[in-house]
Amino acid sequence: MVLTAGFLDNEPMRIALSVGGGAALVCAVVGVATVMRRQAFAAHALADVSSAGGSAAYLIGVNPLLGFLAMAAAAAGIMEWADVRSARERDLLTGVVLGAGLGLAALLLYFDATVRSVGGAAVTVLFGSMFAIPAGIVPLALAVAAVALLASAIIHRPLLVSTLSADLARAQGIRVRAVALTHSVALALAVALSAMTVGAILSTALLIGPAAAALRLARRPASAVALAALIGLASTWGGTVLAYESYYWTPGRGWPVSFCIVTLIFCAYLAASWVGARAERPQVQHPSGCQGH
Amino acid sequence: MFAPFMAHAWIVATLVALVAGAVGFFVVARRAAFAAHALPLGAFPGAAAAGLLGVNPLLGLTLFAALGVIAITQLQRGERREVASALWLALSLAVGTLLLSLSGQYAQGLYGLLFGEVLGISARQVLGVAILSALALGLLALFARPLLLDSLSGELAAAALGRARRLEWVFLLVLALSTVMALPVVGALLVFSLMVGPASAARALTDRPWRALGGSVVLALLVVWSAIALAYLTDWPVGFFVGLLSGACYVLGRLRGPGAAVQTA
Amino acid sequence: MSQAAAALTVAGACVTLGGRPVLREVNFSLTAGEFCGLIGSNGSGKTTLLRAILGFVPLDQGRIELGGQGTLPGGIGYVPQKIELDPGLPLRARDVVALGLDGARLGPALPSRSRAERVEQMLAAVGASEFADRRVGLLSGGQQQRVLVAHALVRRPRLLLLDEPLANLDVRSTAEIVALLRRLSRQSGTAVLLSAHDMNPLLGAMDRVVYLASGAAVAGKADEVVRTEVLSSLYGYHVDVVRVHGRVVVVAAEAREESHAAVERDPVHTAPVP
Ligand SMILES: Nc1ncnc2c1ncn2[C@@H]1O[C@H](COP(=O)(O)OP(=O)(O)O)[C@@H](O)[C@H]1O
Ligand SMILES: [Mg+2]
Repeated sequence: MVLTAGFLDNEPMRIALSVGGGAALVCAVVGVATVMRRQAFAAHALADVSSAGGSAAYLIGVNPLLGFLAMAAAAAGIMEWADVRSARERDLLTGVVLGAGLGLAALLLYFDATVRSVGGAAVTVLFGSMFAIPAGIVPLALAVAAVALLASAIIHRPLLVSTLSADLARAQGIRVRAVALTHSVALALAVALSAMTVGAILSTALLIGPAAAALRLARRPASAVALAALIGLASTWGGTVLAYESYYWTPGRGWPVSFCIVTLIFCAYLAASWVGARAERPQVQHPSGCQGH
Repeated sequence: MFAPFMAHAWIVATLVALVAGAVGFFVVARRAAFAAHALPLGAFPGAAAAGLLGVNPLLGLTLFAALGVIAITQLQRGERREVASALWLALSLAVGTLLLSLSGQYAQGLYGLLFGEVLGISARQVLGVAILSALALGLLALFARPLLLDSLSGELAAAALGRARRLEWVFLLVLALSTVMALPVVGALLVFSLMVGPASAARALTDRPWRALGGSVVLALLVVWSAIALAYLTDWPVGFFVGLLSGACYVLGRLRGPGAAVQTA
Repeated sequence: MSQAAAALTVAGACVTLGGRPVLREVNFSLTAGEFCGLIGSNGSGKTTLLRAILGFVPLDQGRIELGGQGTLPGGIGYVPQKIELDPGLPLRARDVVALGLDGARLGPALPSRSRAERVEQMLAAVGASEFADRRVGLLSGGQQQRVLVAHALVRRPRLLLLDEPLANLDVRSTAEIVALLRRLSRQSGTAVLLSAHDMNPLLGAMDRVVYLASGAAVAGKADEVVRTEVLSSLYGYHVDVVRVHGRVVVVAAEAREESHAAVERDPVHTAPVP
């Protein structure tokens, strides 16, 4: 494969690579804790719900990243505020928030199409448009990424203990709810950022995929984070370049960026779980009683 | 709103609510809200594929729903359930964007598939939905008790039945059938909220399982009927009202139910 | 061990949960380095008492003091009753112990020789060096128990609370863990309060016993407390303390037991027949 010379000179491409890279990095770091805490569904729900914010931003004509951010943070706040402990209640509450948020998105997108006649808003909001990110968003996006990374780094250890056992954490003097809330805010930031780049619907891939792949291989939390960051960055940059290049191989339209990125992430996951399963086999003697969840 | 051209919409919506209410009971019991969301949403690329090939969209949807069942059960091995759903969802949607971009019909039809369309349901579609809902309800009736036992404890069900693993297949299959039929009407994004909201309220109203299942069906019917009527009157999308009313069901259930109060133990 | 260094004082502690009194006027105290068994049948209130000491459960009346001052989080090591270590977490046994040391600190951990050494020593002290680098969720129950004891002890608390740590162990691991805890408490001056439904494995090791029945407690030396008249007055009906083959069995008269069945279904601590 021959890379077209000079794709780095292309302005939309540079923006896509920097914002996409930032999103991938943040998602990988936040994603590892999210998968460990069994919050994949919540992460997905935040992403989908944030699309209502994106739609609203198009309707009133403000920076769409602000829209995504506001809605993701609101949804995260509702879920933390409800302070539901049991796994079943959390699953339900997440589902209900997701449903209500998507309903709202439906209405706002309908208004986008009818009131403002922004016909493509649904596609842009839900599926993202990496090559159409306005340059004005870049500083805000990178600032959001930095804040999320910082927050994750600060609560790294207390969050690990809370994930292991809330009682253990409390006995150690950790304020479990405050730590969980901080993590949720970081999650909301990560989700908003990735919803902006790969689209609300696909940000789940960026958040869960690299983290899940890394967790199949890593033996320590720190190496899981590093590995996830590597996989996320490689897939995002690789996918972006692939999509850009595909304009030259395919007749006319090229492959969507989101498709390229997600496919690379999924391949990485499959490879990781294959390697992980092979490495694990001698250790686990009898997985017969294991139910898989 | 009761004009002849709306007749199909009412029939299909009623069938959808019957099935979604019943299946929703198990979705709540089994903590499967994510799967209930991922299966229909992950099936919608099937419609795009069908459009590309020029075949009946229901065929494409069924194919992708079946793929979803296989993918989710396979990915669940040695992995967290919710991660399996997330991965399948991401992959199928990525394929969906590719198919949509290939077929060139990006925006049109997409909105309807995601958020639902009550108008323009053909007689053939009604027949398809009727057959699928009969299948789903039949399977559910057959496996209702083992599924309930399995929700209580996978190990209990395994001890009683020998093979509890199969039950996850059965459950996902029923889920797939019921979402495929509901998808064109309520939309891929919101089928699941019709399952979660009414069932969560019903479980808070009674302690008896089968009564809760009945209550869930009744509430789902109310939600869908009101949503269609409101959508017809306001011209706003059906999905909005389904999401809103399902959320209202959940809140009501939490406010007054005895079941909801005992969650601290 | 004199009254000089009180590690824990529980005075008139009453707790109500869900409208039901669970602890009624519990009184006892522990001094540094003391090894104390908290004995009672299922539902007698052992977990609640330990959680009250940790400050997780508010007291209705009475007070609980640590080392003469108020409750200080972090000053207590705790091994919960039911802890399911998720095999999906990428944590080795040594990571769990390290988190016991500084898991409450903010920011990522910097590599530190002294920290690593302290973790290593702790792992060796509980006999967990062998599996220190294995994923903690995949270890056996007894191995996880040791790792959690190390997690609790590594920051050198003055008080260590263990909730039924012997419940799922075989005879040999039970004896090993008890001997280990006994030794560690002597060495470091940590007071240990360990709950159990069967007192027999602890008989030789306990300096002191707190015996709970339906939320009421008596405390003292084992041979002062485990006596027919003391336990009968605690239960509120006649029980016999019987010693057979060096084991202690508390037996209730059957008719009385039925009349009291609501709270105390199983006041009988029997040893498994070998
Ligand atoms: N959150 C709660 N609400 C109401 N009752 C409770 C709660 N937790 C425990 N109990 C009751 O308190 C009693 C003592 O429980 P517990 O301390 O767990 O006993 P043990 O640990 O000795 O088995 C039991 O009867 C139990 O039912
Ligand atoms: Mg207990």
